[in-house]
Amino acid sequence: MTLGDTSAISVVGLEKHYGAARAVDGLSFEVAPGEIFALLGPNGAGKTTTLEVLEGYRRADAGKIRVLGLDPHRQGEALRTRIGVMLQEGGLYPGLRPIEVLRLFAAFYDDALDPTELLSRVGLDPSMKTTVRRLSGGQQQRLSLAAALIGKPELVFLDEPTAGMDPQARSTTWEFIRDLKATGTTVVLTTHLLDEVEALCDRVVIMTRGALAAIGSPRELMSRSVTTDVLFTANMPVDTLALARELQLDRQLVIPAGDGRYEIRAQGSPRLIAQLAAFLERNQVEIGTLHANERSLESVFLQITAESEVIAATETQPARRTRRGRR
Amino acid sequence: MKFKAVVAQTRTELALTLRRGESLLVTLGIPVGVLVFFTKINTAIPTGYTKSVDFLAPGVLALAVMSAAMVSLAIATGFERRYGVLKRLGATPLSRTGLIVAKTAMVVGIEAIQFAVIVGVGIALDWEPSGSGLIGAVGVMLLGTIAFAGFGMLLAGTLRAEATLALANGIFLVLMFLGGMAYPLDALPTFLRDLAKALPAASLSECLHGVLNGPAGRGFPTGSLVMLTVWAIVLPTLAARLFRWEE
Repeated sequence: MTLGDTSAISVVGLEKHYGAARAVDGLSFEVAPGEIFALLGPNGAGKTTTLEVLEGYRRADAGKIRVLGLDPHRQGEALRTRIGVMLQEGGLYPGLRPIEVLRLFAAFYDDALDPTELLSRVGLDPSMKTTVRRLSGGQQQRLSLAAALIGKPELVFLDEPTAGMDPQARSTTWEFIRDLKATGTTVVLTTHLLDEVEALCDRVVIMTRGALAAIGSPRELMSRSVTTDVLFTANMPVDTLALARELQLDRQLVIPAGDGRYEIRAQGSPRLIAQLAAFLERNQVEIGTLHANERSLESVFLQITAESEVIAATETQPARRTRRGRR
Repeated sequence: MKFKAVVAQTRTELALTLRRGESLLVTLGIPVGVLVFFTKINTAIPTGYTKSVDFLAPGVLALAVMSAAMVSLAIATGFERRYGVLKRLGATPLSRTGLIVAKTAMVVGIEAIQFAVIVGVGIALDWEPSGSGLIGAVGVMLLGTIAFAGFGMLLAGTLRAEATLALANGIFLVLMFLGGMAYPLDALPTFLRDLAKALPAASLSECLHGVLNGPAGRGFPTGSLVMLTVWAIVLPTLAARLFRWEE
C-alpha cells in the first residue's frame, strides 16, 4: 500500500474477534486528509469496533493500521494529542457545567480553542449553570462534539454525532462538520442516517458483518444501483415462488430480504409494477414502501445488506471454519 | 504526563467531590458526628485510656481515611466508569498515570481537610495530641490511604456502579464497628476480634492509636503496621490488574 504514508488513515486487513465472534473480519480502506468519511452499516456490522481500534481503545487481532502515520496501539500517546473523539454516548462528567467540561479538556492540549467561543459556536450558552446531567440529549451531543474539537485535532472520530438531535440541531451540526472540512480537518464518522451521508460525506464505506461491502463516494455508490430492481415492504409474508411465477421471472430473482422487505431483481417497468400490485391485492397484502429503480443511497444500502444476508444464509459452516483457521 | 493537564484534572476531581452532598456527608459529617456523639455519651473505652476522646479521635482519623480513599473515591470512579468518562479521558493526552496522580491528589486533599477538622474538633473536646503523634498519624494515614484507595479502585473497576455504591457504603459501616473506631476491638467476641485484626480497618486504627500516644505500656502495634503494609501492597496490585476502564 503506497497510499499509506500520505493517508490520514490506512487500514489493511483489520480483524477483531471477541471470543468466537468476528466483529471485524478483514477490513481494508484508506481515508485521505481533509475527507469527511463515513462508516455505514446495520447494527452489529462492526462500525464502532473499527472506530475503537483506530482510536487506540482496542488492539487489532490482525492487520496493519496507521492513523496519521502512527500505530494507534503502540504510539497512542503521540496520537492522542492530534485526534478528537466523540463517543456514541456519555463521556462527560455529569456533575460539571458545560464550560467547566471544555476548560478541563482545553487544559489537556498545548494549543486549544477558546472554551467560551467554542461553546457558543455549538449553540450552548457559556454562562449556563445547568450541569451536564440536566442537559437534553441533543445538547449533550453538541457539548461532546465541542470537547472532541477543543484541542484543534487534525482528525476527529464521531460515533453517531447527530443521534438524538432534532432536525434543526442536526443541520447546525452538519454545517459545523462542513466548516471543519474547510479548515482541513479529517472527519471519520459512523451513522445510521443515509441522508446524513448524502448531505455530508465525501466517501463512505458500507460494512456488513464486519467486512467491507462497498466503498466510494455517495454518488458513485448511487450510480451502482442502476441495477434495475424493485424493493417493497409488505405487512405479511409474501409467497415469493408464487410471485416469481406471476411475474414470469426466475425464482431466484424474487428475494425476501428480511423484516418484511422484498427485492425483485428486474427492470421496474410499469407492467411489472402492475403485475406486482395485482398479485399483492389478490393476496390481500398491504404495501409499506415501494421503490422502483431508485438511485438513492438507501436502495444501494438495502440492496447490499440484503445481498449480505443471502450470502450468510447460503454460506456453509465448514467453509467458514477453514477461513477462521488463518495463520 | 503534562503538569497543566494533571493540575486541571485534580481541580476538577476536588470540585466534584466537594460538590456532592453525599460525599461531604460520608467524609466529614459521619466522622465528626461519630467523634462528637461517642465522646459526649462517654462510650465504652478500652483499658489504659482515661478519656473517651483519646480513644475516639485516632479511630475517627482512620474512619476519615476509609471514607475518602474507599467510599468517596470508589463511588465517584464507579460512576465515571459507568458514564464513559474514564473511557473518554483515555482518548485525551491526559495519560492513565496523569488520571491516577490527579485522583491521588484529590483524596489527599480531602484528607487534609478532614485532618484539620477532626483534630480541631478533637482538641475542642479536650483531646491533647502531641505534635510528634500528629506527624506520625499523617504517615500512617498515607499508608492507610494506599490500602483503602486500592480497595476503592478495585471495587470501582470491577463491579457495576450501583454495586460499588452499595458495597462501599456497606463495608464502610461494617468496618466502622470492626475497625476499633467507634467501638473498642477488645469488646468484640474473640473470633470476631481476630477476624477484625486481620482486616485493613483495624490495622489502620491500631496504628493510629499507637502513634497518637496510645495507652502506656502497650507499645507500638508492629503487627498491625505489618498487616496494613501488606494490604497497601496487595489491594492496589489487585486493582491495577483487575481494573476495567469500561463497564
